[in-house]
Amino acid sequence: MNHATRAAKFVGDADRTTWHDETLWFVRAKRDKAVYAVPEFQDLRELASQIKDHTLSKLDTYLEQFEEQAKRNGVHIHWAADAAEHNAIILDIIRQHNATRVVKSKSMLTEECHLNPHLLSNGIEVVDTDLGERIIQLRDEAPSHLVLPAIHLKKEDVGETFFKHLGTAKGEVDPQVLTEAARQHLRARFLAAEVAISGVNFAVAETGGVVVCTNEGNADLGVNLAHVHIAAMGIEKLIPRLSDLAVFTRLLARSATGQPVTTYTSHYTKPAAGKEMHIVIVDNGRTKQLGRPDFRASLKCIRCGACMNTCPVYRRSGGHSYDFTVPGPIGAILSPNIDMKKHSSLPFASTLCGSCSDVCPVKIDIHTQLYKWRQVLGEANEIPASKKWSMKLMGRLLTSPKAFGVGGKLARHGIKYLPYSLTHARHFNVWAVARELPTPPKQSFREWYQQQANTTA
Amino acid sequence: MKVALFVPCYVDQFYPQVGIASLQLLEKLGVKAEFPAAQTCCGQPLANSGCEKDALPIYRHYVDTFSDYDYVVAPSGSCVYHVRKHFDKLEQTPAVQQVRTSAYDLIDFITTVLGVTEIPGTFPHRVGLHLSCHGQRGLHQANESEITPVRDGQLRRLLGSLNGIELTELDRNDECCGFGGTFCVSEAAISARMGQDRVADHERNGTTVLTGGDMSCLMHLEGIVRRRQLPMRVLHAAEILNGTLS
Repeated sequence: MNHATRAAKFVGDADRTTWHDETLWFVRAKRDKAVYAVPEFQDLRELASQIKDHTLSKLDTYLEQFEEQAKRNGVHIHWAADAAEHNAIILDIIRQHNATRVVKSKSMLTEECHLNPHLLSNGIEVVDTDLGERIIQLRDEAPSHLVLPAIHLKKEDVGETFFKHLGTAKGEVDPQVLTEAARQHLRARFLAAEVAISGVNFAVAETGGVVVCTNEGNADLGVNLAHVHIAAMGIEKLIPRLSDLAVFTRLLARSATGQPVTTYTSHYTKPAAGKEMHIVIVDNGRTKQLGRPDFRASLKCIRCGACMNTCPVYRRSGGHSYDFTVPGPIGAILSPNIDMKKHSSLPFASTLCGSCSDVCPVKIDIHTQLYKWRQVLGEANEIPASKKWSMKLMGRLLTSPKAFGVGGKLARHGIKYLPYSLTHARHFNVWAVARELPTPPKQSFREWYQQQANTTA
Repeated sequence: MKVALFVPCYVDQFYPQVGIASLQLLEKLGVKAEFPAAQTCCGQPLANSGCEKDALPIYRHYVDTFSDYDYVVAPSGSCVYHVRKHFDKLEQTPAVQQVRTSAYDLIDFITTVLGVTEIPGTFPHRVGLHLSCHGQRGLHQANESEITPVRDGQLRRLLGSLNGIELTELDRNDECCGFGGTFCVSEAAISARMGQDRVADHERNGTTVLTGGDMSCLMHLEGIVRRRQLPMRVLHAAEILNGTLS
């Protein structure tokens, strides 16, 4: 199934699509308000972009510096080449402590590596503690957004989920009541947890510390209560110095939700007395992307989700239509790197309007990369054969003015003289499902121009 | 100043009046543009579909047709953006560099090259502007709402100079209409919904004449307006500025 098929299913529910679109546009508008208020915002973007470019150009050096500093702080460092290694390392740490109860604070990397099913199948109870993540975990769904994982759900959906899993009353939709139920449910899990897993927003090479940004404070609660903290980070999360961090924290929350800063910006540098801290540094396809000059800049992404909120296609097709851990425009350039065949339709799930590139706080040329992926996919024969064939034919037609004139005339006459039921037949002219065809004029521009020339001559 | 008019393939075949209005408008502003008969298309539909290699002969044909001109003007920001940005795939001979730098959108040409800021004329209608993404974000003909809240631009200024015109303010000023070239067919459901939302924004804010600088977006929006039988006329900005219709 490709993006268009999944998207058509989502947009088929017109009311839900309206609601989804308006909710995300509200976030985008909130972002605008927060951004316009900072006169130096464009300078911050440029600075962040340059810091990330620089870091990626010396990634090996900064990774080694980070490892050395972290080890000096008493942190255990692990390296994982792929998802399987990442999962095995984490399971191993949990087993070494004879632990069975784990709490997790949102990490897209562990989603990307499918850590939860791996732990569950090995007898470990793992509970996502971000509210949105917990809701979709209970529903056995994937997140549909980077920052707002359950944004595709209405409060009625959440009420139904909590009725089934948390024992709230049937038909309960009061957000306060539902939140309180989740709070009580999660509190018990926090208190019982032996191991806390977190993601990493930024890893500082200079200090060997990691920074996690949340609005619910659940990363802090999990990490401080449990005996062991495991932080999972992709190799691209690095920034060189602690002083660089302020540039990114000013950009991240404003771009994501329109907040000046996230409610909690937690720094984890060393384990507390008597406790353990582990950092798992993961590649999982990232060095491959680093080696593709056209797509390298995608590794600058700080996972704010702004490109999703602004994307007119994402807002109307929903995150699940992308069928990848990171949906939306950024996901559409990250996913073909991982599996070109499976995700071949994603770079085409865009009008190339460029709003994603303009909104990106680290200036990733997202729509340019989408265009470039299309060429890579075309060359690799990962586009529909009918498209390839018709484009070849069109190429011939459009290099010959004569053939072009004849072809155009045929098309115009076709629309004019064929019955409406045929020209607007929805099963082979998808244009006509929602749109009228243009009314064909008597003559083309070139015919008119020639006639003018003849009359004046 | 040797100026050529490039009439995009679909405009040539389905909207000749837009080509005519462009030609006449340029003439009124003192520019006699030629229409080289050998022209066909800029190759964008193929390249956007992932078939850039198949488009290269079309690019070369475009270069052969237009490299002798000082300016090549087209009533379509999208085609101009494509020539400027994506002809980087050709060997950068002087002829290729010439067509890339000489390519101008009609409105951009009028304001930037000719330095025209006002157009004499009257158009007593409530006009809604569709800012096309390639014109706005690609060619910077208006400020992007992601970057700045200022809602200004070349076309808005030109239209604003007409007597009696009233420009509508939209809820979402620069949202994409959903045309997107072959996207309108390969993602027909989302494309249609985006277009419907765009038209609804204009409807809600009182637009009676919907206009823009790019006929491809307008073709898609017109298709929706006509399907829904709305009392809204869809015109290319050249038709309004030329005074062909009032």
